[in-house]
Amino acid sequence: VNVLVPLPVLLPLLGAALTLVLGRAPVAQRVISVGALLGVVAVSATLMVQTELEGPQAIWIGGWPEPLGIALVADRLAAVMLLISSIVTLGVLVYSIGQGMVDDAESAPLSVYHPSFLVLTAGVSNAFLAGDLFNLFVSFEMLLFASYVLLTLGGTESRVRAGTIYVVVNVLSSMLFLAAIAMVYAATGSLNLAQLSVRLQDVPEPVTLVLQLMLLLTFGIKAAIFPLSAWLPDSYPTAPAPVTAVFAGLLTKVGVYAMLRVQTLLFPDSPLTELLLVVALATMLVGILGAISQSDIKRLLSFTLVSHIGYMVMGVALATPAGVAGAIFYVVHHITIQTTLFLVAGLIEHRTGSTSLLRLGGVARLSPLLAVLFFVPAMNLAGIPPFSGFLGKVGLTSAAIELGTPLAYTLVAGGMVTSLLTLYAVTKAWSLAFWRTPAEAHETAQAMRREGAVDADRQASDVTADDNEDDLYQLIERDALPRRRPRTMLGATSGLLAVSIALSVLAGPLFGYADRASRDLIDRDPYVTAVLPEELR
Amino acid sequence: VTVNLTLVLTAAVLVGCGTVLMLERSLTRVLVGVILLSNGVNLVLLLSGGSAGPAPLVDKSDPDAPTTDPLPQALMLTAIVITLGTTAFLLAMAYRRWQLSGLDEVQDDVEDALVARLARADEPSDTFAPSHDEDPDRDPDMAPDKGPAGSRDRVGDENGGDAP
Repeated sequence: VNVLVPLPVLLPLLGAALTLVLGRAPVAQRVISVGALLGVVAVSATLMVQTELEGPQAIWIGGWPEPLGIALVADRLAAVMLLISSIVTLGVLVYSIGQGMVDDAESAPLSVYHPSFLVLTAGVSNAFLAGDLFNLFVSFEMLLFASYVLLTLGGTESRVRAGTIYVVVNVLSSMLFLAAIAMVYAATGSLNLAQLSVRLQDVPEPVTLVLQLMLLLTFGIKAAIFPLSAWLPDSYPTAPAPVTAVFAGLLTKVGVYAMLRVQTLLFPDSPLTELLLVVALATMLVGILGAISQSDIKRLLSFTLVSHIGYMVMGVALATPAGVAGAIFYVVHHITIQTTLFLVAGLIEHRTGSTSLLRLGGVARLSPLLAVLFFVPAMNLAGIPPFSGFLGKVGLTSAAIELGTPLAYTLVAGGMVTSLLTLYAVTKAWSLAFWRTPAEAHETAQAMRREGAVDADRQASDVTADDNEDDLYQLIERDALPRRRPRTMLGATSGLLAVSIALSVLAGPLFGYADRASRDLIDRDPYVTAVLPEELR
Repeated sequence: VTVNLTLVLTAAVLVGCGTVLMLERSLTRVLVGVILLSNGVNLVLLLSGGSAGPAPLVDKSDPDAPTTDPLPQALMLTAIVITLGTTAFLLAMAYRRWQLSGLDEVQDDVEDALVARLARADEPSDTFAPSHDEDPDRDPDMAPDKGPAGSRDRVGDENGGDAP
């Protein structure tokens, strides 16, 4: 019995309870949240070492005889997801403390920020550790509820509008999940993943196919895979920057993780490769075409998020050791990169009051550090050589070529096109926001306004941000830019950037780890042996 | 698993009604839809436990007697509590929305609004569906206000809510 396994869930929950009680003492709240998350990072790192040395760690909670209790399992995949997600949440927490969002607005009940954030972390950790389907459902609900609160923080009009759609979509997916759970239980009489992996072999194939499709549909909504992705770019950009960052980093990846787990553990004989590959291709292309047409950095990033989920689904779909390893590596890479980029977008907004590409210009001169902080992860996202984004794409591409079907080759081509279009989208954002002079930006915007074409942008920013009418040029002319030195925010963002660069430097060992994790997943035996006692296997 | 047909039909009707209501524009109706849908799904959970029997904890006289499977009931309880929370949150949001705008409607999302704006700024293209337009007279082919299609107009339009 490994007592470390439940700690990534327990620590944030205890922290949440304490911070809720200490709502009037912001300093104590900060200390407790940071402490709890530091604890989670330490525990996750230990768990990662332990699973590497001793194999998957499992614990049965509740003291019931073995197949009845709640199993929490940490295998290689869960451990690496725990570690990277806890590092990223810690970074975002520090950033949000720096932003002083806990203090600034008087009207909103922002003392709920820390508790909700910690419950979100607990939910994410629980989802990674869950050893049965219902516990997975409960962890989804935990993180969703926290995310409802965080997304509608302050209750402004745009956030309530976005929150409504977000909540309804997620309620619908929860209901689907619940129905799927009922079906699984009716078919097998168990919800434990390890036990299911044994029992589902005796279930007739049409039944398992229905179960699999129900589960994939549920996780597809969570992961924002193409036909189910429209809610994401609509709801994410309205939230406060750190909230968007942590959502973008973690919530969709929880869906991808669940998909990976269920596909490899429960339905190894029915990978549905063709279906998932087509869906992955559509996700990549539709997402990135959406990103290109955006004129706001946050919305652009939301669409690239959708697009790059396609890469991970591609790895899941291939269902070969190399494909799954590529997906695992890509998830880890993408969590850090996407979070960093959203934090940078938050910094841009903090510095200039806007993230609209029609109003920004010359940010590189205004703040060279910000330019570096944007440029490096943006290039990483697009997959420019030495970075981890490139390596992840190489891994997935070679896995697809190894499979060698025409559809797999199409996916390779689609992946390349998506990568190039990502490069186009982020370079466009770079040259508009950072490179041209503010005066140029001002003139272009004036010209567009004369032609009436800027209407659409106005509409977008009306809904997405409540910033003022002046563009950056006018603000600089009037010397009206806020003189803020967001040291903590810059520090947190740089820290995450350092993590992502470390991922590129350590890509060799990490790929080796992902490879072993994927072999464990496809072998299934280590997981089942760690969870179930002898007589139930 | 033996299944009770009455419960199956009830669950189907609840889920069907819930789905239809969720597609409505008015947030209150969506809320009722969520409640109906979740009740239907809870019934499905109950069904997954098989046929009903004596309560598993009370009757200890005969340990071999076929009792009801308690697990789906425990799952249902959890699901009911979660739905309660969701309903409360949605109600609060509907109230907040009404406070802010006096309306009880789900607005167009930003992308829809953008596409509609762009389309209106240009000549309307073939693919542009005029039902997005604020002005229903523009397209005589489309009967105004036929259920959800008619109520897709933007908020602020009197034709919006197709209120009874």
